[in-house]
Amino acid sequence: MSGAALSPSDRLRAAGAAWRRLPALRRLKLIVGLLAAIAIPLGFVDTSLGIGIAAVAALYGLSKLPQRPKLVAQVALIVAFAYPEPSLSAILAVFFGVAHLPAHLRRFALPGVALAAAIAYPFFLDKLFTIPLLGEFPSVNTGVAMVVFIMMAVGLNVVVGYAGLLDLGYVAFYAFGAYTTAWLASLQFSQVKLHIGSVGITHSMPGLHLSIWLIIPIAGVITALAGVLIGLPTLRLRGDYLAIVTLGFGEILPQVARNGADLSGFNLTNGPNGITPIDAPGFGHTLHRITGGVLPVDFLSDPSGQNMYFWTALGLLVVTIFACFRLRDSRLGRAWVAIREDEIAAAAMGIPLMRTKTWAYASGAFFGGVSGAFYASFKSAAFPGDFYFNISIFILSMVILGGMGNIWGVIVGAALLSYLDREGLANIGAWINLHFHTSIDVPPYESGIFGLIIILVMLFRPEGLIPSRRRRAELHEGS
Amino acid sequence: MSTDARSETVPRRLPRNLPGPTGIVGSLLVLLVVGWLLTNLAKTPGDFFQILLFGLSLGAVYALVALGYTLVYGILELINFAHGDVFMFGGTVSAVFILEVFQLGSHERWYVLWPSVAACVVIAMAVCGVLNALIEMVAYRPLRNAPRLAPLITAVGMSFILQDVVLGWRGPNYITVPSVLPRSDVFNVGSVEYRWDELIVLLVTVPLLLALVYLVQRTKQGKAMRATAQDREAAAMMGINVNRTISFTFLVAGALAGAGGLIYVLWQTQVRFDSGFRLGLISFTAAVLGGIGNLPGAVLGATVIGLIQAFNEGLSWSAPGGDWTQSIVFSILILILVFRPEGLLGEKTPEGQ
Repeated sequence: MSGAALSPSDRLRAAGAAWRRLPALRRLKLIVGLLAAIAIPLGFVDTSLGIGIAAVAALYGLSKLPQRPKLVAQVALIVAFAYPEPSLSAILAVFFGVAHLPAHLRRFALPGVALAAAIAYPFFLDKLFTIPLLGEFPSVNTGVAMVVFIMMAVGLNVVVGYAGLLDLGYVAFYAFGAYTTAWLASLQFSQVKLHIGSVGITHSMPGLHLSIWLIIPIAGVITALAGVLIGLPTLRLRGDYLAIVTLGFGEILPQVARNGADLSGFNLTNGPNGITPIDAPGFGHTLHRITGGVLPVDFLSDPSGQNMYFWTALGLLVVTIFACFRLRDSRLGRAWVAIREDEIAAAAMGIPLMRTKTWAYASGAFFGGVSGAFYASFKSAAFPGDFYFNISIFILSMVILGGMGNIWGVIVGAALLSYLDREGLANIGAWINLHFHTSIDVPPYESGIFGLIIILVMLFRPEGLIPSRRRRAELHEGS
Repeated sequence: MSTDARSETVPRRLPRNLPGPTGIVGSLLVLLVVGWLLTNLAKTPGDFFQILLFGLSLGAVYALVALGYTLVYGILELINFAHGDVFMFGGTVSAVFILEVFQLGSHERWYVLWPSVAACVVIAMAVCGVLNALIEMVAYRPLRNAPRLAPLITAVGMSFILQDVVLGWRGPNYITVPSVLPRSDVFNVGSVEYRWDELIVLLVTVPLLLALVYLVQRTKQGKAMRATAQDREAAAMMGINVNRTISFTFLVAGALAGAGGLIYVLWQTQVRFDSGFRLGLISFTAAVLGGIGNLPGAVLGATVIGLIQAFNEGLSWSAPGGDWTQSIVFSILILILVFRPEGLLGEKTPEGQ
């Protein structure tokens, strides 16, 4: 910068550095003060929102207090909320309790508590408090969608976060998984009749009907193969070219799906109408009888089917997360990180670039396929719209917001954004319209909002909300 | 070591006089397309030439957008993902000016029509040029030293923001303008009909292309652009203000996209918030086909892509039809990137490595 005037971005960077130099207490006071300054005027518009932001400020202030007063304040907070919002009080109690555990226990307690809370979620959902601004907690149906999106984001994280390959067509894998389920468990190919472990349909029904439990791994493997097929010719390309090629594939496949109702006379995809209905997963009559009716025959006809879908999704997610952690720490995972950080150095160290990248692609595709296969069965449909390019960007923003390369970060980012997608944005829009007497329809602007989020994150916190330490070092070494 | 010295003189491999497998496959594909075109020419010569002329105009619009991709890629090695949306923004601004400021109808007198269109060209180019330069300042400049993928990601974000800005401004429906340009025939030979609006597209585009070539090849600013593209640091040491040169490049690219947007709206009479996304991708394909970073290449690639699209959608004998245009164009993109990443006119670059 040869003496040129400071650009806005330079000024911002300088301001950031000055902020980091402030003593911790000053920073704390400033943040709490700022939140209070936001809370008070908003309190006049919506009292509960004002209280909510004030509570967040208080919580943030609390976290910096010394041990003894912190404990006292926390207990006071729990007691204070015990009457008006008992559920909030309970959540706070668990949260504070976990935070007080010693570090080596906390590492396991936090995911454990989160998982337990997620499993029990359908039971205490209706007892939860209402969040200011955002409204009710997400419904179980939304929960299923959220878990599926988290799964996809964790899968994409393997490609983008670990191996550093920007994939702008990830949705193709998801949709491919969805169509695999649609082909293997619907009336689409009514020329043939094959039932393998299918539940919830009559035996005379034509078409392929495999058990969803079989299809999910099959779809994963087929999608992984598709990923290899796409990857083999393209992975030689450098980063940005690869991104465009994946995007190209992501645009070709939906057109095939749309035009696939008549491929020289053969109906492959049923065109724009999509394939529907798709069989539901289930445990069949035998298991239903043995377990005394605990395991439903099929999820669709069961009264608590929603919850079963939710728990199945959670189960798949846990497997996905476990697999991704093991992958990251494996020889292959370390090779991915090496390639991401410096491709030439990695090649010089004897890492086979093509094979390693192809594996990244295949693994990412596998998880995309699994989530697509499950979600298609949940929605009971597969449409060409499943390939919509915005979904790719949507999942990419989850990974970027959460922190590329860090699974916990990606989970948080994905949960947040998919909640906003399903319910949050609509609720925020409703809140704005209610309190400011406007009539803005927020959801159509979703992609722009997500675009804004990824720009802001890339500019100001490229390592994401919960960064992986290694990735952060990489992103900051240039500047 | 004497053996080493000897191996210097003996070539390791025989010179490749024979085409490799990719070359054979590529030639076969090209032959297939040429055969298909010739068959169509023999069957319906009238249609063929009419579609050829249409394809040239289409290619001209693509060329304006493709040049923007190629200019920016040449100087920053960045795929400006938002470029297609800048084009769309230009189209929308022009449409709004045509409808609400100049209030043109479909049969305006020439002394009303041409000054208004000229004003629209200037306005669209100015708005889009400034917009593109602003995008660079906000979304790409702070990331100059970040990993390569960072600005690409912000570019994708910018593309979505632009779409939503237009969505919020003009709503989700097509903005339709009256067909301002004269649609009468330039000539009508046999069954080949050539209309004025198609010719006007070329008449606006070609001078712009010539002006761009002049700017890049003959002016001092153009020299600075070429120097920056070649080696940013060395250019800075020679006293070139690199940031200003990059901004200028974005300005020029945006102005071309704005002109493209206006012409597109005048010709196709409609534009919508998402019109730019697909057209941008197709134009990017054109830029890659010609060899990215190469200005004549972008024009050549755009012409080829325009012709391919026109032939595919217009010819009657075993053409896949408009439903498949996108697939065909992106297959070309993928094939080119995989087999000949340097494009038709580009030089060997390490892009493919």
